Amino acid sequence: MPSIGLHHYLALSAVVFCIGIYGMLTRRNAIGVLMSVELMFNAANIALVAFGRFVTPQLVTGQVVAAFTIAVAAAEATVALAIVLLIYQHHRGIDVDRINIMKW
Amino acid sequence: MIQTAWLIPIFPLVAMAAIVLFTHRHRALSAGISIAAVSLSFLWGWSVAVSVWGDPTVHRMSFDWLNLGESMYIPIGIQIDGLTGMMLVVVTTVALMVQIYSLGYMRDDPRYSRYYAYLSLFTMAMLTLVLADNFFLMFVSWELVGLASYLLIGFWFEKQSAADAGKKAFITTRLGDLGFILGLLLLYTGCGTLTFQGVFSAVDSHVLSGGLLTIAGLCLFAGAVGKSAQVPLHVWLPDAMEGPTPVSALIHAATMVVAGVYLVARSMSIFLAADRAAMVVAWIGIITSVMAASIGLVQNDIKRVLAYSTVSQLGYMIMALGLGGFTAGTFHLMTHAFFKALLFLGAGSVIHAVHTNDIREMGGLHAKMKTTSITFLIAALAIAGVFPLSGFWSKDEIVAATLGHPIFTVLTLAVAFMTAFYMFRLYFLTFTGKPRDQHKFDHAHESPKTMTVPLQILAVLSVVSGWIGLPWLEHGFSSVVFHEHPHHPEFHVVWAFIAALVGLSGIGLAYMMYYKGSIDPERVRARATGLYTTLLNKYYFDEAYSVLFVRPYYTMCRGWFWFDQHAIDGAVNGLGRVSVAWSVFNRWFDETFVDGAVNGVGWLTRGFGAIVRHLQTGRVQNYAFIVFAALVVLWLLQ
Amino acid sequence: MDPITLAFLALAFLIIVASLFVVSSRNIFHSAIFLILALFGVAGIFVLLEAPFLAAAQVLIYVGAISILMIFAVMLTARIADGQLRYTNEQVPTGLLVSLGLLVVMLYSLWQTPIPTSAAAPVSGAGRKLGELFLTQYVLPFEIISVLLLTALIGALVIAKKDPRAASAADDSAADVPARERERAVV
Repeated sequence: MPSIGLHHYLALSAVVFCIGIYGMLTRRNAIGVLMSVELMFNAANIALVAFGRFVTPQLVTGQVVAAFTIAVAAAEATVALAIVLLIYQHHRGIDVDRINIMKW
Repeated sequence: MIQTAWLIPIFPLVAMAAIVLFTHRHRALSAGISIAAVSLSFLWGWSVAVSVWGDPTVHRMSFDWLNLGESMYIPIGIQIDGLTGMMLVVVTTVALMVQIYSLGYMRDDPRYSRYYAYLSLFTMAMLTLVLADNFFLMFVSWELVGLASYLLIGFWFEKQSAADAGKKAFITTRLGDLGFILGLLLLYTGCGTLTFQGVFSAVDSHVLSGGLLTIAGLCLFAGAVGKSAQVPLHVWLPDAMEGPTPVSALIHAATMVVAGVYLVARSMSIFLAADRAAMVVAWIGIITSVMAASIGLVQNDIKRVLAYSTVSQLGYMIMALGLGGFTAGTFHLMTHAFFKALLFLGAGSVIHAVHTNDIREMGGLHAKMKTTSITFLIAALAIAGVFPLSGFWSKDEIVAATLGHPIFTVLTLAVAFMTAFYMFRLYFLTFTGKPRDQHKFDHAHESPKTMTVPLQILAVLSVVSGWIGLPWLEHGFSSVVFHEHPHHPEFHVVWAFIAALVGLSGIGLAYMMYYKGSIDPERVRARATGLYTTLLNKYYFDEAYSVLFVRPYYTMCRGWFWFDQHAIDGAVNGLGRVSVAWSVFNRWFDETFVDGAVNGVGWLTRGFGAIVRHLQTGRVQNYAFIVFAALVVLWLLQ
Repeated sequence: MDPITLAFLALAFLIIVASLFVVSSRNIFHSAIFLILALFGVAGIFVLLEAPFLAAAQVLIYVGAISILMIFAVMLTARIADGQLRYTNEQVPTGLLVSLGLLVVMLYSLWQTPIPTSAAAPVSGAGRKLGELFLTQYVLPFEIISVLLLTALIGALVIAKKDPRAASAADDSAADVPARERERAVV
């Protein structure tokens, strides 16, 4: 077995990302969807850091961007959870497939 | 007097207005006003005529009527000379006599006031006509005369034949008036004025001459042909006898019909300059004269005999004028007016007595109506040209005027013979012999004074009026009427003798046939059946006109009616139907395609929306699914 | 098999299994637990990639803050005990298809794409270097991120705060006290 390289990390990233997509598409619970999105964020972070590690080892640009991504994800999670609470107060439930007011 | 001559036509005008506006409910008052007015005109007219007698100046008064600057300037006014004076005398005298006579004749008529209003209108128009100093005013009054004629011929309009006769007279004379107005336009174009003075000086100085002048003269003469009942427009005059007999005397014998003669006489300068037109005038005159006299030979209606006599005598005058005998024509005009009025009024008296127009139902009336009979005899002698009555002198002048034209002379004498014959045939059949209808004879009576007095006055005039034309008078008729073209005919003893002889022979023939019975009229009739029938039917003029004009006109009208009904209406209706059809189609198109397009867009949008709406579930996960599915698909497509 | 390879495989296995549980667990609370596990795995991967600062941040922010926040939300909203509840929607087959398809696509692309890698050793002292970059070259994004975080904080507060009118309406209702307790808990 060859040593672990960029492709292995990227493959891991792809797998996690697709799992996240599956979750995002199928979970009814809004918080479940949010968790799936977090998975996808992490997959992206893995890819970013892996590229930075193997393509430009002398720079830390990949890590900078990943750090920003983490910060943005934190902000996203905060706002999203607030919205989930609001929805819960209005609908007495947070099932995403019952929330279709965007239709109007 | 001359300065106030313009009042002469005003009197009857005022009378007419007064009758129409105020007094039409009062019969006697209306008649009185009318007679008073015409009496004033009579006095004024006579005094004016006397004062201009032998006075060579022409008195003119005029004022501007239409002044459009350079383009058109029509003054109107009056002009008095010998001719006018003579016409004033004739018109006012006959009018006065007739109006007085009508007091008796029309006594029982329900429209008495209206009758006098019409008479006044006519008198006014006729007086204006003779006083006018220009063609324009003359034309206006000419038409007014025609209107009055129409109203009076159709006065008994309950009778279909009277109403028809009125229309016939009006329409027939209108044909001539068309020529008149064309002539006026030609004269105005050629001379730039319509006053007699201006036109005649233009003609005399050859400003207007040649073909144009000839045409203008013929056009004017066309008016005279209509009004004076010359061939071929003479057909209205015999029918006009449907009117009251005094009207026949006034209008259709003595005054209105001589308007045409007056027009030709007044336009003397034009006809002197246009000799070809004058020749046409002469020929028309003599043809009319011969034809009408021959028809008069066989008619049985007393008024129709007189009507054809009138046409014949008018033809005489016209012929004389055409041959240059202006004095002869106008002289005969005057004498004829008196004795023909007398004849008509006498006939009216007879009709009043026996209530028929047919001389075959009369006879022997002399015994019952002495005054009428004697005055009628005087008039008959006058028209036959017996010395020394008025007709002798005027007819002599006419014969003299034809000298140099042998055909005219012969025909004139023939007419003189026929005139004497039919007039005495009429006299003998009416007043002498045995009564052929005993019942009517028994009821006959002499007419009242109001009718006989005018007869007597006119009888006197019929005798003496010719004397003012005695050729050896220093200031006789011929030297007075035309100052500017003095005309002194020689008195031809031989021709006077011949003419008188011809007249007497006519009287003699009539005497033999209808008094003595030595010649049986029936046998003469049997000998010349064809000629007799032709004459009895008046040369089939009415029939010819019916075939030539009336029926083609009807046919044309029917054709146009058919055309109107089928083509025009068809086109209009067709257009309507096409419009309706087009509208229906438009509506269908509108509803189907336009609305269809609009609705279709809506329907399409809605249908598409109905399909597409399923995509918009409002659920985020569906959208996300589509996004990623699309990503896969895009990659696969790549 | 060197230790790094071993570690990678172990971590990858951990991450993938934990992730699968996150998306497929019937109980949303279990999902949250498995998410924490997966995030720890990612932190390990960061360590393997010689990014210790990121690994620390991952643990602090994700595991420490976000996951806890999620558990709070789960406990505030979901009826955890209700196992009968349908936890997936009708997109399971199609979602599976799409995610697998995408995985194939990505792996295939990865397989096909030559990526120029550098064999050079990674820079030493990455944490220090990172700090310098944040305050020099990337100072503007850094500040913007901090503003973004602040905005998100305030926004979350505003959104989650009860509408005053709705609150007054709620005051009249029987569920007055629990609502206030929930509110206090959120704050």
